[in-house]
Amino acid sequence: MTPITPVHYIVLSAALFTIGVIGVLVRRNVIVILMSIELILNAVNINLIAFSRQLGDPVGQVFAIFIICVAAAEAAVGLGIILAFYRNKETVNIDEMSLMRW
Amino acid sequence: MGEAIAFYTLAALILGFAVLVITARNTVHSVLFLVANFLFVAALYVLLGAQFLAVIQVIVYAGGIVVLYLFVVMLVNLKRPPEAHRDRRRKAGLGLAFSLVILAEVVAIAVFGLVQPAHLAAPKAPLPPEAADNVQQVGWALYTQYLVPFEVASMLLLVAMVGAIVLARREL
Repeated sequence: MTPITPVHYIVLSAALFTIGVIGVLVRRNVIVILMSIELILNAVNINLIAFSRQLGDPVGQVFAIFIICVAAAEAAVGLGIILAFYRNKETVNIDEMSLMRW
Repeated sequence: MGEAIAFYTLAALILGFAVLVITARNTVHSVLFLVANFLFVAALYVLLGAQFLAVIQVIVYAGGIVVLYLFVVMLVNLKRPPEAHRDRRRKAGLGLAFSLVILAEVVAIAVFGLVQPAHLAAPKAPLPPEAADNVQQVGWALYTQYLVPFEVASMLLLVAMVGAIVLARREL
């Protein structure tokens, strides 16, 4: 069995990223779309930490902390927007969210 | 050998739960699968020697963000799920095809990158044992070289908190 190289982690990260992209493109529930974005951010974190170990440098882990911080902010604001929208329109279907479309 | 077994097991669990997250019909089930996914990603971080990140992942993601999602699912109270009625203009197959093209592209980049630089293929020795443990290293980098981004991140969290409270107020 071959040893685990960073390429293994990159392929895992690419697969997780793609699953997240499929969720964003295919699902219609806005809450599920936000969860798919969390999956994408997790894929990025796996990449950063794999390279952090490969290069023996903790800076990749520092970047991953910043990404987690931004993900928390994104989740809070995004879910606030969903709540405000649901109060007005009684739906979380992304096909019916066309207020900003011209 | 042990690392390989752990990696393949964790990778299968991570990808399996990720697929369940985006395929579950019930949104609450989706959130719970997301928790499992985050926990196994945290285990992968331990495998990579990033224990501090693993703890942060469990506390912030599996503890904080997911509870936020559960609260919103509870407040939104879907009687009619969005997937119930069909919209003929929506082309889910096209989205699936685009995602698979992205997967092929990223894997191709990774494989070509493996062929090119030989020095990157073999893993170096992990962090030297005499240096410090993981938490010390991350803390040192975070509070010296990256102090200004750290403070900016705290401002971002403050702004996000105020923004979320304003957005979720009843009289918007």
